[in-house]
Amino acid sequence: MAMQNQVETLADRPAARVAERLALRARGLSDRTVAWLFIAPTILLLLAINIFPLIWAIRLSFTNYKSNLGHLPIRFVGLANYLDILSDEDVWHGLQVTAHFVIFAIAFQVLIGFGLALLINRGFRGHGFWTTVILVPMMLSPVVVGNFWTLLLQPQIGPFNYVVGFLTGVPSASFSTIGDVSLAPWTIVMVDTWMWTPYVMLICLAGLRSIPDYIYEAAEIDRASPWRQFWSITLPMVMPFLMLAVLFRAIEAFKMFDLVNLLTSGGPGSTTELASITLKREAFEKWRTGYSSAFAIILFVTVFGAANIYVKALNRVKRR
Amino acid sequence: MTAATAAHSVVDSSPRAKTVAGVLVVLYALISIAPLLWIGATAFKSPEDAIAYPPKVLFQPTLEGYVNLFTVRTRQTPEFVATLPPATTWYDKLVRSRGMVIAGPSKVVPRFINSIVIAFGSTFLAVLLGTLAAYGFSRFKVPLADDLLFFILSTRMMPPIAVAIPIYLMYRQLGLTDTRIGLILLYTAVNVSLAVWLLKGFIDEIPREYEEAALVDGYTRLQAFRKAVLPQAATGIAATAIFSLIFSWNEYAFALLLTSGDAQTMPPFIPFIIGEGGQDWPAVAAATTLFLTPIVIFTVILRKHLLRGITFGAVRK
Repeated sequence: MAMQNQVETLADRPAARVAERLALRARGLSDRTVAWLFIAPTILLLLAINIFPLIWAIRLSFTNYKSNLGHLPIRFVGLANYLDILSDEDVWHGLQVTAHFVIFAIAFQVLIGFGLALLINRGFRGHGFWTTVILVPMMLSPVVVGNFWTLLLQPQIGPFNYVVGFLTGVPSASFSTIGDVSLAPWTIVMVDTWMWTPYVMLICLAGLRSIPDYIYEAAEIDRASPWRQFWSITLPMVMPFLMLAVLFRAIEAFKMFDLVNLLTSGGPGSTTELASITLKREAFEKWRTGYSSAFAIILFVTVFGAANIYVKALNRVKRR
Repeated sequence: MTAATAAHSVVDSSPRAKTVAGVLVVLYALISIAPLLWIGATAFKSPEDAIAYPPKVLFQPTLEGYVNLFTVRTRQTPEFVATLPPATTWYDKLVRSRGMVIAGPSKVVPRFINSIVIAFGSTFLAVLLGTLAAYGFSRFKVPLADDLLFFILSTRMMPPIAVAIPIYLMYRQLGLTDTRIGLILLYTAVNVSLAVWLLKGFIDEIPREYEEAALVDGYTRLQAFRKAVLPQAATGIAATAIFSLIFSWNEYAFALLLTSGDAQTMPPFIPFIIGEGGQDWPAVAAATTLFLTPIVIFTVILRKHLLRGITFGAVRK
């Protein structure tokens, strides 16, 4: 990751000052003690709240435990939960829905976000103010906003349908963006794009501003067309930033729960039932704790594995 | 990073290109902010206007939404209302004009207080732990520092629902379900990963010479940390705190699963503000407005550090 390079250089620095530090250590707590005193609480908290539950979940994933029927004897079932999940068509359908959501949401966010960043980077008057305005949606609570979108998207009374109807002439009561099987998957993409385009935009903007002017000046001297400059300078230089944005967004979109739970809660049917929503149903409505733990582990391994592969690719792009 | 100073293409865009860019960006900004303005407006509509067809842009403003948000009302027969002493306050009159009587305060105030206590409590703890750990990682040669830092970050990658199952069981055992302290601990754990990564970046930027000078002057390591490093890291700590606050304020999944009454925060509460026959949209909009406004203000304050916060310190500019 980007940060790991810094970590190394920083780790090297103190080594150069060992002698200096030995002299200083005589007073007060030794540096080693201070270091551990400072770091230990964080590590302990994370072990208690994250790792211990994770290990517990791994253990549960091999059982048939149901947490609403806690008094029943717990039976170890081996890999049965995992096999059930991997052979369950609903699960695969859920993963397909998730993939559709992740891919299209990120594609739109990258296109619109990058486009906006290019425009803002031209530096028109008042761009600072308008950038801040654009940034607001991504800071808001997805669930509170998602809840309100259900009013905006009502077929008859919602302003969204009214505007669409006004612009296209389609009667605004004739379609339901959250109720139609074919529209709902796109609606969640749309609301997510509305919310998170600023995120991609902000990171791309940082990328654009990191490009030194002399490169463009040189290109200008070489009479490279603006089109050529974009493909040979702008895009490759912004690429690491863009990939970072995609990485963060992909992890978040894969985990997506609140916005969609409020907007459609997985419906109509199961057309927008993302993996997180399936997981919540299994764990907290059907109370199949063992089964859902196994599902949780599979999802975690997937995110973690994908993120690792992606980080490697990211580093390769950066090195070029 | 005031945008004005940072935009620096020497091959400066032509005035016409700038105008076109400006028009397009402003257009996008207006469209993207429109839903939020609609929420703000709906809060001042009557329930009828809120769900009118066609949607009403111009309407007679009323505070009914806010009144409904803060009160519980019961519908009464006109004969019963007539037996009551006359309404004295404007909100009593407003409710009576609907043929209803205020039965008491709604739960919104305790929910709001929960949100405030939990957000500030977890932010305080996360920033405290995060500052210490970040300093430790920044200044000392910690064995396996890279691995520990990656471990800290990786706790953020888990889908909340996935961790929620064992945490739900663990909290049930410990009696922490539906308690403020339970949510505070949980949010602290989530926020501390961001706090460590962000603050490490900020502390890395503080020249070591300050502390070394302090150490030479006879300060102990802890004194040097307190007197030389903390004041310099103040901006970074403040920015980190705001990010933490925003996360805790907005968090939904854990709050939904781990609280049901006493400790419930606003996000799981707002969708269940209902009136007679479905959601009471003006009241929901009023709650949403009150809930979102602090975040909008924080976003403006944070503008300079936003990039750093959302990328875990990976992009610093």
